[in-house]
Amino acid sequence: MTDLSLIPREEAVAGSRAPVFARAALYAILILFSVYYLLPLFVMVVNSLKPLSEIQQGNMLALPRDWTLAPWLSAWDQAQIGIQATGLAPYFWNSIKMVVPAVLIATVLGAVNGYVLTKWRFPGHRIVFGLMLFSCFIPFQIVLIPMARVLGLIGLAGTTPGLVLVHVVYGLGFTTLFFRNYYEAFPNELIRAAEMDGAGFWQIFTRILLPSSGPIIVVTVIWQFTNVWNDFLFGASFASPQSQPITVALNNLVNSSTGVREYNVHFAGAILAALPTLLVYVVAGRYFVRGLMAGAVKG
Amino acid sequence: MGSLDIVHLKKSYGSVQVLNDINLSIEKGGFLVLVGPSGCGKSTLLNTIAGLEPISGGEIRIAGRDVSELKPADRDIAMVFQSYALYPTMTVAQNIAFGLEMRKVPKPEREAAVKRVAETLQITHLLDRKPSQLSGGQRQRVAMGRALTRNPQVFLFDEPLSNLDAKLRVDMRTEIKRLHERLKTTIVYVTHDQIEAMTLATKIAVLKGGVLQQFGTPGEIYDNPANLFVAEFMGSPSMNLVRAGVDPDGAAVTLARGGEPLRLPVKAGRILAGYCGREIIVGIRPEAITEPRTENGADPSVVVSDFRIDVVEPTGADVYAISELGGRQAIGRCSAGYPIRAGQTARLAIHTDKIVYFDPKTEERIG
Repeated sequence: MTDLSLIPREEAVAGSRAPVFARAALYAILILFSVYYLLPLFVMVVNSLKPLSEIQQGNMLALPRDWTLAPWLSAWDQAQIGIQATGLAPYFWNSIKMVVPAVLIATVLGAVNGYVLTKWRFPGHRIVFGLMLFSCFIPFQIVLIPMARVLGLIGLAGTTPGLVLVHVVYGLGFTTLFFRNYYEAFPNELIRAAEMDGAGFWQIFTRILLPSSGPIIVVTVIWQFTNVWNDFLFGASFASPQSQPITVALNNLVNSSTGVREYNVHFAGAILAALPTLLVYVVAGRYFVRGLMAGAVKG
Repeated sequence: MGSLDIVHLKKSYGSVQVLNDINLSIEKGGFLVLVGPSGCGKSTLLNTIAGLEPISGGEIRIAGRDVSELKPADRDIAMVFQSYALYPTMTVAQNIAFGLEMRKVPKPEREAAVKRVAETLQITHLLDRKPSQLSGGQRQRVAMGRALTRNPQVFLFDEPLSNLDAKLRVDMRTEIKRLHERLKTTIVYVTHDQIEAMTLATKIAVLKGGVLQQFGTPGEIYDNPANLFVAEFMGSPSMNLVRAGVDPDGAAVTLARGGEPLRLPVKAGRILAGYCGREIIVGIRPEAITEPRTENGADPSVVVSDFRIDVVEPTGADVYAISELGGRQAIGRCSAGYPIRAGQTARLAIHTDKIVYFDPKTEERIG
């Protein structure tokens, strides 16, 4: 019994020093890793705001002496992309025209799939879901040639709608998975109550399920937006020069410089290409974790 | 409001029969309670009435119309769910009006209906809130309000009080009873709580293992349980079921106990024919074992005897006296003032006209 009374006192003595030390170590590690992860962004930002001559002097980490927006303007609408000096602007709009429908269609279809697979189960629903899940694991490269053939057959080769179709098909497995898991935890009694209230298939979906689906819609949109925007392979394989997305154009910008390599323009272009996804994360990111957790933990 | 008839209803999942030849009917304005232990099929039965689960055989008639093949929405019924199932993104008013909206009732009429129901249930001040901002009892009221707006033929309640705490449950029970008496609605109500069943029902159906054990008024179920299961399930504390030997002439039963055996006459003019000299099971409600009262001194059906009391359990209003009878712990119910002590003997009166007899093999009531 005597040693029991001693233990708390020893702990109290050690305890007063340990948290301060642990805190300090924790912050040191966090700061170290923050610097490590932020350094590339820092290099990109500062160098995109320098004249080329400053970069050529060799100090990539220094702040600009002459601040300039010229590299950004050049990357946006003057720089040489392939054989044309159009800048990234037209390709940026190409990407928007591809991403928006691809995200919307895949999200809507995924939501309907999830709804049917959880609340209107039919014989064989497990197999159907299993196959859709399987599509998440097929590497892009495997389908390149069959996909090119299909796009050719239906007359969408080299067009933005063709790219949209490819991304919708590829995204569907994931969006279905997200919505199915989310709706799996959605109480069936609510669906039954709506059924007894006289609501039909679509009314239950639009009036009961969709208004409760905010978090998972955000997750799906972020996921799908990031994947489609950042995709290079499908863009490089299936787009014509007129419909190329910004990722392919960025590659062309970096590779097609004749003579001097304009690193500052390349940096600015790379940031421009990454901005939309960054923006989506900043705006909707806090819902992302919430939505990811929603399917996993009940209640 | 309409009547409900269930005729030879069968329900099976594959080869597993969950409801076996159920026959029930409740008149217009009646309150039918389906009661039984978990897994007895009572909720499944309710779901088949609702149309949420298809039946495998038989017929369900609402107001005389066969609805067995109709969709839930076309059966003219409303249901209150165990979890209340309020639409989380809608306000209380929208929740209540949703059923009318889906049936394309014009907006002014809908608003009038919501107002009327909200006044009935005293939830007018909650109409603009979301379900998450309500307490359990308030959610319960809203769920009932949603059912009430449509004025259906039959209301279905699926264990509506099981999510409330004990005190609120009693209050809401009274409220449901009052509502039923005022609105004269036909109600089918599922519960596993036999007190709810006794207090609310005009008719009780006791189920076990998908088989209807007994169907009758609360009084019939309580006083004349059809078998040992019903006898034990209904009533709290439950009925004393003890072994007893029948006299050779069938006019009395003898119960073994510590001292002298207890001999109880069978109700005057009745004979346990066919069981003479055999062993049966005797069922005595706790309130039929009580303190002797002067007014039944000359009543030949009241047997007074000395009992050795093992345990005394005062509940405030009553005192439970526990004594050995027929090899089991029997419980008697005396009024609080009756002086009994554990370890001592006390005089208790047994009202033999309240006794029921069971066949020990078939477990059915005799006679």
